Amino acid sequence: MPQIGSFLLLLALALSGYSFVFGLVALIRRDPAFVLIGETARRAGVASFVAVLFAAAILVHAAFTNDFSVAYIYQHSNRDLPAAYKFATLWSGQEGSLLFWSLLLSGYGFVLRLRHRTDERLFAHASVIMAGVQVFFFLLLNFAARPFSMTQGQIPLDGAGLNPLLQYPEMVIHPPMLYLGYVGFTVPFAFALGALIMKYPGDKWIHITRHWTMITWGFLSCGIALGAHWAYYVLGWGGYWGWDPVEIASLLPWLTGTAFLHSVMMQEKRGMLKTWNMWLIFITFGLCIFGTFLTRSGVVSSVHAFAQSSIGNWFIGFLAVIAATCVFFYLYNHSYLRTEHRLESLVSRESSFLFNNVLFLLICLVALSGTLFPIFSEWIQGHKVTVGPPYFNSVTVPFALLLLLLTAVGPLLAWRKTSLESLKRNFLWSTIGALLIGIILIATPASWGPPFGLRPRDDLGYFYSLLAAILAALVILTVFAEFLRGGRVISRHTGNNLLTSILQLGHRNTRRYGGYVVHIGVALVFIGVLGTPMNRSAEKEMGYGDTIQIGPYLLTSRSYTQEETPNYTGDKAIIDVTKDGEPVTTLYPENRMFTATQQPQHVPSVHSLLRGDLYVVFEGKNPETGRPIIKAHLNPLVPWLWLGVLVMLLGTVLALFPNAPPIRAVAPSTVRAVVHAPAGAGD
Amino acid sequence: MRLRFSRANFLRMSAVLVLGVFLLGASDDSSRLDRLGHRMMCVCGCSQILMECNHVGCTYSETMRQELSSAIDAGKSDDDAILAGFVEKYGTTVLAAPTHSGFDRVAWFMPLVLLIVGVGGCVWIVHVWHRRHATAPAAAPAGLGADELNRFRDQARKETDL
Repeated sequence: MPQIGSFLLLLALALSGYSFVFGLVALIRRDPAFVLIGETARRAGVASFVAVLFAAAILVHAAFTNDFSVAYIYQHSNRDLPAAYKFATLWSGQEGSLLFWSLLLSGYGFVLRLRHRTDERLFAHASVIMAGVQVFFFLLLNFAARPFSMTQGQIPLDGAGLNPLLQYPEMVIHPPMLYLGYVGFTVPFAFALGALIMKYPGDKWIHITRHWTMITWGFLSCGIALGAHWAYYVLGWGGYWGWDPVEIASLLPWLTGTAFLHSVMMQEKRGMLKTWNMWLIFITFGLCIFGTFLTRSGVVSSVHAFAQSSIGNWFIGFLAVIAATCVFFYLYNHSYLRTEHRLESLVSRESSFLFNNVLFLLICLVALSGTLFPIFSEWIQGHKVTVGPPYFNSVTVPFALLLLLLTAVGPLLAWRKTSLESLKRNFLWSTIGALLIGIILIATPASWGPPFGLRPRDDLGYFYSLLAAILAALVILTVFAEFLRGGRVISRHTGNNLLTSILQLGHRNTRRYGGYVVHIGVALVFIGVLGTPMNRSAEKEMGYGDTIQIGPYLLTSRSYTQEETPNYTGDKAIIDVTKDGEPVTTLYPENRMFTATQQPQHVPSVHSLLRGDLYVVFEGKNPETGRPIIKAHLNPLVPWLWLGVLVMLLGTVLALFPNAPPIRAVAPSTVRAVVHAPAGAGD
Repeated sequence: MRLRFSRANFLRMSAVLVLGVFLLGASDDSSRLDRLGHRMMCVCGCSQILMECNHVGCTYSETMRQELSSAIDAGKSDDDAILAGFVEKYGTTVLAAPTHSGFDRVAWFMPLVLLIVGVGGCVWIVHVWHRRHATAPAAAPAGLGADELNRFRDQARKETDL
């Protein structure tokens, strides 16, 4: 079977190579005789997906049948690994994850090529560009990172096992989501480059690209959130975002992709920012490839070290080819991207989009430069420095707060120019409401628990949290006010109740109101994050009956137990939690030792309420006393973060729904009389 | 009753609120050990903040935390001196963020420079475009044909649609 897998990968390379070369020839030679060749190129692209699908299936089959003659299966699986994780073996190592990447890329190409009748010439260009990217990844799989390499010497009886950090249910979902996001940006890139090359007339391509980008963006958002959730529930350090290079690598294309989703509206509505949008897509795709290079080349140190190798040079070369291609076609065809309108006022929807884009790009640049700074430092100073969370938090939070302000203000500004009267009408009561919330947060006693009693004077983190709370409230209030205003208008015209009218309103312009729901989600995410400066933790060696007091909770160690499975042995603590003498819950933090890898793993136990999480970790045992060490974290407001992500995803799905047909207003009878006036009377 | 909302009133109200924010209350004293521990990394290679390193059997974090605690207990009042001691022992990578001296300052200046260039550039572009728009001769309104009217209707629909 592994030989068949290798052959299929070679076949996929040949098919995508054919699709690229002959697709290109058919595009260059517009002769009708070459139309047939173009069709064969398209079909070869379709077939490449089938080949790589079977190759991936063979690798998964090898994992399920414990075929340790395949070196990759030996390195990333073992006999007692649960079935779900055997499936996840596909993306848990370098070679497998590249195969998975190629599978998704070919899958996207498959869908794109099947939908070619939408616009045959544009789709033919996009198909060729997709094929070019496929060729690169199939070259990698066939020559640099072969998933079907055979184990040297005698075939081992059992495998080395899967990294314990990856043995968590979310690891079965998180990488596919993240990869769907990463890889998906190839499609907008292919359409954008294709449109630039062929000087595509009209703006249909931007509609197609926007739709693909929204889907991709949704997957990437979901992937990043699942990664944060996984870090929170698996790594056991009580946090969800550590500014690790791998995390930053996933954030960079998300930032530029989000910027594109905003600025594309300016192109659709006003024919502006065409060059900017084109480059945003190019940069987003480039950042996906750059992120892959960053996390797999070993140039920066990362906790996600399970996928490092020497394939970095391949990615550098590919990035150079992408950059050269984009620059060449831009210089060659840039006149095609001439803007149709110019900005007319600083206070307008257009300028808010412009500032929003600049801020997204700035956060992206700051995060990227911070990630690469250790390398520059080593070149210039001769020694490495660490650029960790304190740096990134200091420099990105002010930008993020400015973005949150724009999230509140931008959507309600009018196109072209906004009058002071309109500003007052849209923002007065929302602003007063948000400021009142801020005053309440300051004036209330801290003993009420976070977020009350936010005193911004002594701690910059508290000041940022207060600002974030006020701005998040402003976002939510302005969006609700907007829904209410629109709902009332519809209610007046149709006679329906307000809730039905609001639903009708959302259905009539799903993109706009779906976007508003995403904004509410973003505000909720900020509420989840603003509790960070108020995090508390306590650590103690706990024998039977020992206690830890953290915030309002008293933790009492009731007993300890052991669990043994074929895959791991675990020590579990049973901790009773009380508040003011009343029982609240019982928590079961665990410390596992995995049999195959002999690596330990914490499994935190979390009591989650909207006001915050009580997060308890079994840290291990004191080697001298043998007593268990328990660490408790009190993380205020964190559940709002997950809630916010869900709302963001809901908004994305809403925005993807087609609009309800517009309701035609019935002209009053007097007007109708004018409309039905004799032909030519008014001409 | 209609609320009067002039620019002057808004500025006065904002100033009072901002002042209020800074004058109200004071926060609890944060632990110096925790604060300094969050400015350092564990050097075991886990890429985690010293106070957050939770590896079972990590041979560095516990020792480092004890050293930090001893330095604070010994009465060293200068935070920077304590951190310098750690840099001397463990190297520059022990600090979780670049320092504010030498080439490291570039890391801190860069975001500020980018912000000024980015936002300043934006304002400048809007200003230039606005000026061009203002000086452009107004189009003659008369003589609009059906095609042009349709085009304008289409434009109006697009611009008010979202």
